[in-house]
Amino acid sequence: MTMRVNFTVNGRQQQADDVWEGESLLYVLRERLGLPGSKNACEQGECGSCTVRLDGVPVCSCLVAAGQVEGRDVVTVEGLADFARQRAEHGHGGRQRAEHGHGGCATGACGTPLQEARRWSAGGTDSQTGEGAELSPVQQAFIDAGAVQCGFCTPGLLVAADELLERNASPSDADIREALSGNLCRCTGYEKILDAVRLAAARQGEAV
Amino acid sequence: MDFLRPASWEEALAAKAEHPAAVPIAGGTDIMVEINFDHRRPEHLLDLNRITELSEWEVGGESVRLGASVPYTRIMEDLRTELPGLALASHTVASPQIRNRGGVGGNLGTASPAGDAHPALLAAGAEVEAESVRGSRLIPIDAFYTGVKRNALAPDELIRAVHVKKADGPQQYAKVGTRNAMVIAVCAFGIALHPGTRTVRTGIGSAAPTPVRAEAAEEFLSAALEEGGCWDSGGAITPSVAKRFAELASGACNPIDDVRGTARYRRHAVGIMARRTLGWTWEQYRRSGRTLEGAA
Ligand SMILES: Cc1cc2nc3c(=O)[nH]c(=O)nc-3n(C[C@H](O)[C@H](O)[C@H](O)COP(=O)(O)OP(=O)(O)OC[C@H]3O[C@@H](n4cnc5c(N)ncnc54)[C@H](O)[C@@H]3O)c2cc1C
Ligand code: FES
Ligand code: FES
Repeated sequence: MTMRVNFTVNGRQQQADDVWEGESLLYVLRERLGLPGSKNACEQGECGSCTVRLDGVPVCSCLVAAGQVEGRDVVTVEGLADFARQRAEHGHGGRQRAEHGHGGCATGACGTPLQEARRWSAGGTDSQTGEGAELSPVQQAFIDAGAVQCGFCTPGLLVAADELLERNASPSDADIREALSGNLCRCTGYEKILDAVRLAAARQGEAV
Repeated sequence: MDFLRPASWEEALAAKAEHPAAVPIAGGTDIMVEINFDHRRPEHLLDLNRITELSEWEVGGESVRLGASVPYTRIMEDLRTELPGLALASHTVASPQIRNRGGVGGNLGTASPAGDAHPALLAAGAEVEAESVRGSRLIPIDAFYTGVKRNALAPDELIRAVHVKKADGPQQYAKVGTRNAMVIAVCAFGIALHPGTRTVRTGIGSAAPTPVRAEAAEEFLSAALEEGGCWDSGGAITPSVAKRFAELASGACNPIDDVRGTARYRRHAVGIMARRTLGWTWEQYRRSGRTLEGAA
């Protein structure tokens, strides 16, 4: 047997069909909705590369059963730039949005349409610097600090780091380590990742 | 496979009665790993996420009624004063992402000897509120763990909540692992001083087929503290009493050798943790002015 799951992804109502009952949210995002940003590395909650926001809360999407997200709100890395922009512009971050129930913004102008999310890339005019691309502050900071090597861990780290900065505008190093302790990176040695989060926090502070 | 999504607690109990083999899924942090790796293919998954009261808690006079699905993150952030031992233990679980989903109901459902909630629950004193269409009962935590990954639930029962005694004195939790985050305990030790009843309770994790209390150690220490008038005087615990307490805690272990550690190491480490956590909690008790509110 299979089922249909209706839920909000990056502020837009989506429907996934032919979902197997034991399937994970990660599988639905990648294989049914065509959103490969959330990475599948371990499928056992160890690496954090599949991190998404579920009703505002960072979770491993590989450990959420697809049927559990019916009617709920998911933000993936593909929607992070829009999500961060909307939060900055009119303050609806994940938590507030979850309280609105499905559908996100009432005007329908917010969120990231599925087609755009599928095509989403940090391209811009220069993929090395991110110039010209619509990036969230955390994404830009990861590029500027050199925190991306193979990039496999990056989507999960971005989602986790963005949520940290939403809740804590000036995190200590201990706060950053704690918030990112569920995300493994095999390339960078983490120093540049810490630099990136510090940089994003500092820029966020200047902007206020 | 069928995915059952009861909208209320009553519906969940009815579904469990109709399909006793149905596997409840709360945070999914144990179950989904098994399903992803094809270690388990239940006929029915019973989703508990829609039942809001499972994610709520009530602070009563004597105890906290902690809903089965309250995530660890909430326990460590919001219940530090009432349940300091469980809050400390919750903080050692995995990572933020896992703590945002997993909770005590799932830890009890899995009943792994390595589950971090268990030593804290054993030390604080707790009862598991189990319910079925037949009715509700309170299972004392000491009687809940019946074997390796086995518990006292009947096939038609679900865990509604855990009633954990509010702290009346200092509590501590210590865990041995290879690093801080994302570590299943090699072994763990929980301790709670109960000045109200002038007793000490403990819990040991990952060092026996089930989580256990170190009862001989508790009795020895309670008697030694009583005899020395220590509860009233706040007098120091002598090194020989601490040493004996540690030996008896080690003696309560019945560990195995496995990939995470040897039996001998576990016995040794439990003794060390028993001595240290006793030192920390007793210092806290003495400094707190020995009020019955204790310290968290
Ligand atoms: C990467 C990783 C690291 C981990 N690290 C730790 C750790 O450090 N310490 C630790 O203790 N655990 C750890 N775990 C295990 C897991 O997170 C915990 O056991 C958690 O408490 C499970 O809760 P859950 O809600 O996610 O359970 P689920 O997976 O939803 O369920 C677990 C079991 O309990 C049953 N169940 C759930 N709710 C109920 C209910 N209300 N009534 C009856 N049965 C129920 C389920 O049927 C299932 O058998 C880790 C897991 C992962 C993936
Ligand atoms: S793929 Fe989900 S945590 Fe690794
Ligand atoms: S950049 Fe390669 S795993 Fe982190």
